[in-house]
Amino acid sequence: MVESDVFVQALENLGVNFFTGVPDSLLGGIIEELLTRKLYTSAVREDEAVAMAAGAFMAGKIPAVLMQNSGLGTSLNTLLSLNMIYRQPCLLLISWRGFEGKDAPEHLVMGETMPQLLDTVKIPHRTLSEQTMVDDLRWAAQTFMKQRIPVALLIKKGVIKGLHP
Amino acid sequence: MQSRAQAMAALLELLADQPVIICNGFPSREAQKLADRPTHFYMIGSMGNAAAIGLGVALSKPSKKVIVFDGDGNVLMGMGTLATVGALRPKNFIHVVFDNEVYGSTGNQPTISNVVQLEKVAKAAGYVAVERVLDREDLVYEFKDMLKNDGPAMLLVKVNEFVEDAGRIALEPPAITARFMKAIE
Repeated sequence: MVESDVFVQALENLGVNFFTGVPDSLLGGIIEELLTRKLYTSAVREDEAVAMAAGAFMAGKIPAVLMQNSGLGTSLNTLLSLNMIYRQPCLLLISWRGFEGKDAPEHLVMGETMPQLLDTVKIPHRTLSEQTMVDDLRWAAQTFMKQRIPVALLIKKGVIKGLHP
Repeated sequence: MQSRAQAMAALLELLADQPVIICNGFPSREAQKLADRPTHFYMIGSMGNAAAIGLGVALSKPSKKVIVFDGDGNVLMGMGTLATVGALRPKNFIHVVFDNEVYGSTGNQPTISNVVQLEKVAKAAGYVAVERVLDREDLVYEFKDMLKNDGPAMLLVKVNEFVEDAGRIALEPPAITARFMKAIE
């Protein structure tokens, strides 16, 4: 399992300097580390977070948005009718609730269909793992710079240490 | 009561190189017709997100006053952002709401801003200054005041339903992004 501070440092090393989002338990460790480093701006909805990140990008920042995959549904219109068409990239760090059907009922449909959903709306994505983290982050940065659209890293339970490992 | 375009023209006269985020629908088209400046970010989609985009700019560029031109339907859709702005209190954030009480771009269906006073919601959420104005004189006076003082501020201006004959946004969206980024660098 990757330590949260190691992951956050890796993101900072990539140049990410604007973090916003809406919490999930799987992302709790990352957000705690971001708060300690005074790098996190809390949003109240995921579409708001995505739009704030778009504004930050246009003002010269490299933004990341953290969210549970339920928030992907909430923010879809913003991602498609703002970021995608205006070429405003951001790094989406999305927790994969409902993975393999092992979660509460409200997470199951999104948990099963999220990769296909991202494919359908043409948001590039990879599933983060401890073994491939360096390469995953490099891929995300390259895709961000080249395509200038949102790029998603999917974070399953047990990959990055949360608040309650 | 003045039209939104008349109110917008009065405000644009007072602005120079400040970033202005303009919500989707006719407000962006009217702003483009009145004064097309590189510092304008014209939204064509993502309804409800104008204030959030402006907030992202304001937090990242604390030395610049950031103006958002919003509508009542837009604010109602993204009302949570009033809370985020109120909590973060960016001093350089001015939120102008042109309130015509209708969804003007889809055929004037009523919103609920005839009942819900949006500037009072903003005040309760933590905006430092809020004003509701009707005529041009008050509009200009209050906006000048907000440009001088620390925010976040909301200026709600009641406007009629009149819509200018204004064409679609001429630039492609990626060109709007690139032009805006360069202009506010």
